[in-house]
Amino acid sequence: MNKRGTETLVGLFVLLGMLGLLFLALKAANLGSFGGGDGYTLTAKFDNIGSLKVRAPVRSAGVTVGRVSSITLDPKSYQGVVQLEINKSVQFPKDSSARILTAGLLGDQYIGLEPGGDEKNLASGDTIGQTQSAVVLESLISQFLFNKAADAGTTAPAPAPAAGAKK
Amino acid sequence: MNPLAALGARSLGVLRSFGHAFFFFIDLIRAMPDAFRRFNLVVVQIHAIGNLSLLIILASGLAVGFVLALQLYYALVTYGASESLGLIVNLSLVRELGPVVTGLLFAGRAGTSLTAEIGLMKAGEQLAAMEMMAIDPKSRVLAPRFLAGVVSMPILAILFSAIGILGAYVVAVVLIGVDAGNFWSIMQSRVDVWRDVANGIVKSAVFGVICTFVALYQGHETEATPEGVAYATTRTVVISSLAVLGMDFILTALMFSTP
Repeated sequence: MNKRGTETLVGLFVLLGMLGLLFLALKAANLGSFGGGDGYTLTAKFDNIGSLKVRAPVRSAGVTVGRVSSITLDPKSYQGVVQLEINKSVQFPKDSSARILTAGLLGDQYIGLEPGGDEKNLASGDTIGQTQSAVVLESLISQFLFNKAADAGTTAPAPAPAAGAKK
Repeated sequence: MNPLAALGARSLGVLRSFGHAFFFFIDLIRAMPDAFRRFNLVVVQIHAIGNLSLLIILASGLAVGFVLALQLYYALVTYGASESLGLIVNLSLVRELGPVVTGLLFAGRAGTSLTAEIGLMKAGEQLAAMEMMAIDPKSRVLAPRFLAGVVSMPILAILFSAIGILGAYVVAVVLIGVDAGNFWSIMQSRVDVWRDVANGIVKSAVFGVICTFVALYQGHETEATPEGVAYATTRTVVISSLAVLGMDFILTALMFSTP
């Protein structure tokens, strides 16, 4: 084979390698996850974000409308400040509320947006007023046990009727 | 006393060959500037090592992607997690299978031909003839091949992983009917470019150095007989494969030990 032909083939080989790398980086890894530009940013403060992670989806009625772009701690109020990157084509009323929900029983956590009834829409940089924190399993269990103990405390003086009621 | 002496001689021989290989490696690195100076020699070698290995690498990558996707689907569908299939295929290919299987195939496809070529050059006393003409065979013959191998191997590993993921896409999404959006989005949210993809490429570059070096060393140190060349070619495959597998464990422990 002549020299020019070999060089062309090697060039093709290297080009193919670069395309493969581009595919791995953009399509099959997190580099191509639209960094900005085609969305607007909202802020929501939560008392407890649970195990929410950056890049977790933001869903409304189950439809993914954006992603969590950053999570920081507010040094004054000690709340978790979550920045949401919302798709430009979706607008939410000013009194919408945000909740941290879990996909499935043990799945990943995501943010659920409930639209409100206000006529004005949230603009870029606005803060969502009403938020509901993530459910932490430990506090849920301890609350349940506490309630159980409280119930037992109130029913303890009269155990006989309770036992009778069960039958 | 005789078995004891044999054992001692054998250990010394092993140590001597390690030292010899090390100095050979230093000489090879020293000759690298010459390879850059005559880059057209490297281009010809990339064609021989990289381009001509492309077909077997792509075919194997596609097959591995197909099979991984199929088996993982059967395992994951019982847990209702078949969408994570793409993620698992991606991580196992990019982190482990891509570099390692490409390294093994590279040793078999390109390493053997390098060893046989250099070995026959030595058997035909071409290397000695070059030295007679005051041309250093290390810089004229060995260094361009070494550089070509080190350049080709990461490209081949990248293409192996990429075509494997596409193969998994074909089986999972096109044939079985896993949701395409979930297939890609779970991948994109869990695979990190630096941690996973870049570390995989570093791995494949290390394997490229190992495989090419072993092939060149075995070819250069072969006995100048037909049996010697045959034996050196076999040793190239055995030593490169074992070195790739052993090194992979060390690199994995270094790169991915923290979750």
